Amino acid sequence: MIYRRRRSPLHAARAASACAYCLALACAALLVSGPAALSAVTLAIAGAGALAGVGPELRRAARLALPAALAIALINALVTRDGLTVIARLGDLPVLGHTDVTLEATVYGGVLGLRAAALVLCGALYTAAVDPDQVLRLFRRVSFHSALTATLATRMVPVLVRDSRRLAEAQRCRPGPPPSRLALMRAATAGVLDRALDVAAALEVRGYAAAHKPPRHRAPMSRHDIAFALSAAGVAALAVSARVAGLAPLHAYPSLRVPLGAVQWLSGAAMLACALLPFADRRGLER
Amino acid sequence: MSVLVLDRLSYSYPGAPGPALVDVSLEIGPGELVVLAGASGSGKSTLLRAACGLVPHFHGGVLAGRVQVAGMDTREHGPGSLAGAVGTLFQDPESQVVMGTARSELAFPRENRGDGPAAVARAVEEAAVALGIAHLLDRPTAELSGGELQRVALGAAVAGRPALLVLDEPTSQLDPVAGDELIGLLTRLNADCDTTILLAEHRLERCLGAADRVIALAGGRVALDAAPEEFLGWAARAAPSLQTPGARLLAGLGLPPVAGVKGARAALRARGLLPETGEAGAGGRPDRALSHPGRRRSRRFRDGADRPQPALAFERVWHEIRGGPAILRGVTLAIAPGEKVALMGRNGAGKSTLLRHGAGLLRPTRGTVRAAGRVALLLQNPTDYLVHERVAEEASALALAAVGLADAAGRHPRELSGGERQRLALAIVLDAGGAPAALVCLDEPTRGMGRADKDTLAELLRGLDTAVLVATHDPDFAAAVADRVILLADGAPIADAPAAEILSGGTYFATETARILGGAGRALRPEQGVAVIARASPEAVPA
Repeated sequence: MIYRRRRSPLHAARAASACAYCLALACAALLVSGPAALSAVTLAIAGAGALAGVGPELRRAARLALPAALAIALINALVTRDGLTVIARLGDLPVLGHTDVTLEATVYGGVLGLRAAALVLCGALYTAAVDPDQVLRLFRRVSFHSALTATLATRMVPVLVRDSRRLAEAQRCRPGPPPSRLALMRAATAGVLDRALDVAAALEVRGYAAAHKPPRHRAPMSRHDIAFALSAAGVAALAVSARVAGLAPLHAYPSLRVPLGAVQWLSGAAMLACALLPFADRRGLER
Repeated sequence: MSVLVLDRLSYSYPGAPGPALVDVSLEIGPGELVVLAGASGSGKSTLLRAACGLVPHFHGGVLAGRVQVAGMDTREHGPGSLAGAVGTLFQDPESQVVMGTARSELAFPRENRGDGPAAVARAVEEAAVALGIAHLLDRPTAELSGGELQRVALGAAVAGRPALLVLDEPTSQLDPVAGDELIGLLTRLNADCDTTILLAEHRLERCLGAADRVIALAGGRVALDAAPEEFLGWAARAAPSLQTPGARLLAGLGLPPVAGVKGARAALRARGLLPETGEAGAGGRPDRALSHPGRRRSRRFRDGADRPQPALAFERVWHEIRGGPAILRGVTLAIAPGEKVALMGRNGAGKSTLLRHGAGLLRPTRGTVRAAGRVALLLQNPTDYLVHERVAEEASALALAAVGLADAAGRHPRELSGGERQRLALAIVLDAGGAPAALVCLDEPTRGMGRADKDTLAELLRGLDTAVLVATHDPDFAAAVADRVILLADGAPIADAPAAEILSGGTYFATETARILGGAGRALRPEQGVAVIARASPEAVPA
């Protein structure tokens, strides 16, 4: 998955606003635990992805995240001994011992899984919609070399994936028994080191070693910069207030109490609206 | 003041048995376009690394003498501080583009200098407009083609408005169109911006026409520093592998060498030796004496009479990407046993995909591929095949001897030159312990190769009993190897005919000799061109 600039309000926003927006959504997923609020956050992330034109990227991430979420839910249901409402008695299982599956452990596992899925989707939204080079510029005044290392790592991933595919194809073309794993590992490592050496030489001749701290630059805020910054602040405020005011807590053990009243639904709807509202304004999307 | 001064420069890499450069002295003035010529291992890359400060600051080693770039001594200034005065471009575009978008890549060198956003933005715009890459600025670098990436890397090298631009075989990984475009951009930069250019290039015919001077290196020493025509005359005597096909054609006619197709045509026309296209005996109909036997063989095969079982046959083969384009569109063709075929076409035409289908690395989404036996496939990067510590462990002694590497058995595969690696990889794919391949497929085997290595490989392939299918962008190499040429476009063959017919009939898919002679007599190689002219004007050709 790589960043590609698209005609969307989120792509048009500066990296600082877009980063703050993704961070606020991730914080919201971590802070709220009620199913209504958490569902609203997940829906907000998915909606933001769709409205930003990165729906396919999020779908690909979801294909990885959903099995992981299901696994988390299943493991929690099997290993947690808390909860009063037994829904299945599995008897003695190897490793796990006597196992009773409770409704509370199952629901709580589901919430943990949904939270994990929301965080993965949020990461995918960030990767696909926030320009990594602008993020590098944000951090280069603080720690330029660390920021560049992170950017390089992102840039080199597809290059190294292509290198490894090439190596695998070449080995399929060798007649006779395949070379040992050790020999292959050695060849792959040598290839990566060659690539690293070439990149290091390129960085040298572009003046990386003598890099200066860039002067401070204040560009005027665009409507999208402002909208996403406000949206990030709004989502964060709603999540924090829900947490502090105890609006959307999930009490799983010993017996399940799921708050699903009007306040919880309203809070979720407010978070959803706050997250998606910046996408309504589609003026000035091209750079 | 000279932009680059090398004063008695000698240099040895750490642990190397001998010096890479020996007592090199030269000066390059402002606005000059200088081509560095030489065989592989002659010291071209090392000289360029010394000019940008990578030698000795990055590579280490022992340096004697002095290098000055725009008045700065490289012993006191490393590549970082020289970056403002010298822009550098290497061979592999993948390894020198470090940022996520083209815009950031162009901005990177100026940002490293601590320039303000306005100065950076202006430099990016100017470089993008000068190189015609403004439309790429917001594209992710991971999605750019090799040619586009190399232009972006060139943009990053020139964005800092360097006094000197050094380029180490920048076209070696590109197809000929992208390569010619890049050379065109360099000549424009040289003419419009007065940028001094020092360019190392294997395909000299591409750049000699634009060069002011040629510096030839041999064994790490300057063998010649002269104008292009003088260089070509020297190459004919001292380094034939550096001669261009045009120079060989003129030399065969006893004429002084001239750089470039246009110059060669003018030289022939001035002496009344340039055959008119369509002239009887020169152009138009095929010349029986020069046609290849492959024509008869492939016709007979296609007609179905006396049909041998093909070494490889594609029958209505489609390769369709799910949610994407069709890479191959109903390809039907067959390669006869022992036949030598070149597969040509622009980037993205489907050549590599077709070879992968032939070798069974891919399965067609429709259609069938039939092979009479094992199909050996040599992919673009020979280093990917090399996994052992010694050459002898990679292939049997017999296979090594067959590719002329018997003497290299004790060496480490990564110590070999590019041409030797290619031959070693060929030995690996052909070495199946007594089970000969029905066909050997090669994907762009001459990338980054010097002419001597190309000639060796072509001779090797011609000598094989097995059929050969080689995907190449290099018409001169195709002419040296193939009896038959298949032109692929948009995933389907658009022409399939003897090499003499296809490689003499166009401009892009034509050898330099054919372009000089306008396709006359269907001559592809210089000696064939001399023969054509000799028939038309016997008195003009020396005995």
